[in-house]
Parts: sequence; structure tokens; C-alpha cells
Amino acid sequence: MGIIDNINKLFDHRIRLGIMSILMVNESADFNRLKELLEVTDGNLASHLKTLEKEAYISVDKQFIGRKPNTQYSATKKGKEAFKKHIDALEKLLNT
Amino acid sequence: MLFKVLYNMSNEDYLKDISEIKQLMNRSSRFISLSGLSGIFAGIYAIVGALIAYFFLFPEPGDYLILDSWQFRWLLIDLGAVALLSVLTAYLLTTSKAKRNDEKIWDATTQRLLLHFLIPLVAGGIYILIKLNSQHYGLTGSLMLLFYGLALINASKYTIGNIKYLGYVEVVLGLICAAFPGYGFWFWVLGFGVCHIIYGSLMYVAEKK
Repeated sequence: MGIIDNINKLFDHRIRLGIMSILMVNESADFNRLKELLEVTDGNLASHLKTLEKEAYISVDKQFIGRKPNTQYSATKKGKEAFKKHIDALEKLLNT
Repeated sequence: MLFKVLYNMSNEDYLKDISEIKQLMNRSSRFISLSGLSGIFAGIYAIVGALIAYFFLFPEPGDYLILDSWQFRWLLIDLGAVALLSVLTAYLLTTSKAKRNDEKIWDATTQRLLLHFLIPLVAGGIYILIKLNSQHYGLTGSLMLLFYGLALINASKYTIGNIKYLGYVEVVLGLICAAFPGYGFWFWVLGFGVCHIIYGSLMYVAEKK
């Protein structure tokens, strides 16, 4: 068991790391807000959101605002814990 | 040797990761980094406003507060000035910070935050005005604390978790205040003055770290 074990493979990607960073400090964010903050394309963002959703790190809430579909994403407890662990591991790595 | 090179490379990557995380967190919820200083200012304004009211505008002991007196009108102006100065300070601090970081001030985060802050606050404000109009001014301090606390708790959903504790404190103070009629003024000073300064200072110290 080394500290490297706590480095989460899922967060090894810039966009997935970014999504989690935003959802850690916001109760929820919709698709367009994430896109605007991360400066990525629709398809790219969608596929990374899917990955995080499959892992149950984020929860997805689909609703309608008028006629327009609106999808809200938020971090789950599991996701928050995994993210915290990842950050701790990063900090430990950098301090050694 | 090869290990050393690899290690340093990933180290740099991780450093980049961390700085990117910080940047995204700040950009997506910038209000946290400002609330410290704005809170301290709001608390100072509240205490100065309260002092002015205490020494110049309150009726002598035993006298009643008469609603169409000049004192009462100045009391409202005093209160309005405290609120306006607090909002203005928070706004100026936010815009200057946003400009420095090259961010937009009026985006989805700000809009949602303001909307959810204003709903309980405006509802409470109107309620208090209606009560004042029918001479029920005894619980004004308590009501202001309660609705302000609820507004903070409501808005806290759209910013990082700290402001809601200030909200809880204000709500509890408002409830205690309701149980001690006649001490509304002192609870108001405690809630709007002292609590803001304490909260602001704590946040300010946390931000500097």
C-alpha cells in the first residue's frame, strides 16, 4: 500500500477533474454552465459526465424549464469522498 | 535516474492539476472569496447606524416611538443607509475582484445567488412594513434577524457552505430575541453588527491562507 494507491484513475483526466472541482463547491450545475466553465465541446463533456455518472460519483437530474430540457448535475456523497481522497493523495505526493 | 525523471514529470502534472482545481472552484463560486471583507464592512456600518439611532433617534425611556414623527422617519433612513452601504461595498468588492481575475460579474451563479437571497428577504421586509403600519413594531428586530437568517440559508445553496452557519446564528438570535421583548435593539446590534464582523474576520483569515 503506497500513497500512489489513493490516486484515482478516474480523476486522471482534466475534464473529469474539472467537473468534480465545480460540483464540490456548487450544490449543482447544469450542462451549459459546466460547458462554459470548462470550455469544452458538447460531446466531450457529455462522455465524461457519463463516465462519472456510471461510477455514481455524480447524480443527474433531468427536468424541463418551459419546453427546454435542463439537466442538473451534482456530486454524490461517494463522489465527494473519492475526490477528497484524491486531493489528499495529490498533496501527500507533492509534499514527499 | 529514469524513475527520478518520471517522478518529476508527474509531480509537475499534479501541481498543474491542483492549480486548475483551485481556479475552477474560485471561478464557479467566487462569492466565497469576497464575503470576508464585505462582512466586516457590513458589521461596522450596522454598529455605526445603531449608535446613531441609539443616541439621536430613540425616544426617551418611557416614551413611545411614534410612527409619523421625524425620529421614526430618520430611523428608516438610517436603516436604509446601512443596508445600501453594505450592498454597495459588497458590490464594489465583488466587481473589483472579478475584474482582477478576468471574470464576468453577472453570470448564472450571481443571478441564482441573488434571487434566492432576495426571496425570503423581500417577503420579510414587506411583512415588517405591513406590521409597522398597524403599529406592531415590537418584534421588528426579531423579524429582521429571522428573515435575514433564512435568506442567508436559502442563498447558501448556491455558494460554498460557510454562509449558512451565519444564517443559522441569525435565525437562533431572532428566535431568542422574540422571547425577550424590549431587547430587540441589542439583539439587532449583536446579529447585524457583531456577528457580521466575527464571520467576516473568520472568512478573511481563511481566505488569506
